[in-house]
Amino acid sequence: MSEMQDYQSSLEDASSRKFETFSYLPAMSPEGIRQQVEFIVSKGWNPAIEHTEPENAFDHYWYMWKLPMFGETDVDTILAEAEACHQAHPDNHVRLIGYDNYAQSQGAAMVIYRGTPV
Amino acid sequence: MAKTYNAGVKEYRETYWMPDYTPKDTDLLACFKITPQPGVAREEAAAAVAAESSTGTWTTVWTDLLTDLDHYKGRAYAIEDVPGDDERFYAFIAYPIDLFEEGSVVNVFTSLVGNVFGFKAVRALRLEDVRFPIAYVMTCNGPPHGIQVERDVMNKYGRPLLGCTIKPKLGLSAKNYGRAVYECLRGGLDFTKDDENVNSQPFMRWRQRFDFVMEAIDKAERETGERKGHYLNVTAPTPDEMFKRAEYAKEIGAPIIMHDYITGGWCANTGLAQWCRDNGVLLHIHRAMHAVIDRHPHHGIHFRVLAKLLRLSGGDHLHTGTVVGKLEGDRAATLGWIDLLRESYVEEDRSRGIFFDQDWGAMPGVFAVASGGIHVWHMPALLAIFGDDAVLQFGGGTLGHPWGNAAGAAANRVALEACVEARNQGRAIEKEGKEVLTAAAAHSPELKAAMETWKEIKFEFDTVDKLDVAHK
Repeated sequence: MSEMQDYQSSLEDASSRKFETFSYLPAMSPEGIRQQVEFIVSKGWNPAIEHTEPENAFDHYWYMWKLPMFGETDVDTILAEAEACHQAHPDNHVRLIGYDNYAQSQGAAMVIYRGTPV
Repeated sequence: MAKTYNAGVKEYRETYWMPDYTPKDTDLLACFKITPQPGVAREEAAAAVAAESSTGTWTTVWTDLLTDLDHYKGRAYAIEDVPGDDERFYAFIAYPIDLFEEGSVVNVFTSLVGNVFGFKAVRALRLEDVRFPIAYVMTCNGPPHGIQVERDVMNKYGRPLLGCTIKPKLGLSAKNYGRAVYECLRGGLDFTKDDENVNSQPFMRWRQRFDFVMEAIDKAERETGERKGHYLNVTAPTPDEMFKRAEYAKEIGAPIIMHDYITGGWCANTGLAQWCRDNGVLLHIHRAMHAVIDRHPHHGIHFRVLAKLLRLSGGDHLHTGTVVGKLEGDRAATLGWIDLLRESYVEEDRSRGIFFDQDWGAMPGVFAVASGGIHVWHMPALLAIFGDDAVLQFGGGTLGHPWGNAAGAAANRVALEACVEARNQGRAIEKEGKEVLTAAAAHSPELKAAMETWKEIKFEFDTVDKLDVAHK
């Protein structure tokens, strides 16, 4: 049996801050991001990109990167927008969303580029 | 021509057995599984059930003739064999919508499962399913918020939610209880839950519990940057007391409260659900006592009916069984009733125990809650069975972690996210579950320790209440 470890998390340590789905896994690889984009496209959802300063990540509203890509099914186009958002805001969290307009909800939402904790 | 009055006892089938009747879209339809007394014909037993659950009494009375009983009566319109059972049969009964007060599951079930269940002409009786016409559904308040609103409020997307019932279920002080909550939430759970036994006992009064739990939620939110909640149980001895506790929960900013809808009662539940919608507080529903009513295959009310009842009465979450854990639940039947909770239209499907099409219109859906005897090794199966619109609640599977609640919570969160990621990648999650979890444990010592602790435990008792299937 593994030896007991302390659970590392505190108000003081900004790296304790999480950001919902997949934030308890290691940062996604480029291949991992591509697979999640493919999933969103396969579900027929509308992809969208948002970003925020990590200290404001708790807010419901992040900054939209342009408009949601309604009807976009080309995975490379979607990845290029995510990459462009990340280049423009390298210290920010960048979130990939799949809008499910039938459920009137987000079928998927995940941070794919992690910002610098502050 | 007007009827004449003849005192005395008539055979029920003369009035209530109508095999040529075509049910109306506005009729409320019920399927009963009847065990008749020896020597009683099927048609007579079915008609007797229709009569006793609607307009009939044991003898003719003159006041029958002051109204149009042919309009109000329940109609037994079909009889079917029960697959695999020669003794019992299904009776289908149509009730005119005028028999029931609008928006009142209390009134509907007082008729459908009232005196008739003690009626001598049947040895046993089970209400298998009810079709609520959309016209009736629209009179009910339903879930205060529903799945879509809860996801937006709590900011949880693309995965099931994670919860945990705090244990020991009785005996903790409020401050120690809040500690257990805080540890779970900081470790990565979305919700913790009051055990249903926790109301306001001498060892922990509700007021202190609410205060300490709220501090735990606030701190865990600041620490993790994620939205958190704890189901504050407002089930109480009286409706006034219940609403008092609910008001206080709202006042301190609690996002969600909890009620036991069977022991607390459907009148209280419907009132509380309306209050929750008015006050923006989510409502988690527990189902203590359900197994008394729904477990016996020949007598009582099937859980799919109790689930429909709750969706009409109102709740944002409902416990449904886990299929894989320590509590009763057949997989196909469970899939049937979780659809009845979540979907807007569910078609008849006997292979899942669903006897009628059910149209819910715009009524919001209810999160299915899987709770009881589950742990990280069950995660792949739970995700495959329940999909995203569920709350997976690991009690012992969080608190029983050798390093404590926070580590237990983190283990569950990592396991869940690894399974969701793999599913999204198109992997066969149930089949490849072990590889997915093992790979995730490589970067999570908490998950690794959890997997060592529980080592693929399974609960392999056969279910008592099975779907009816042919035996020959």
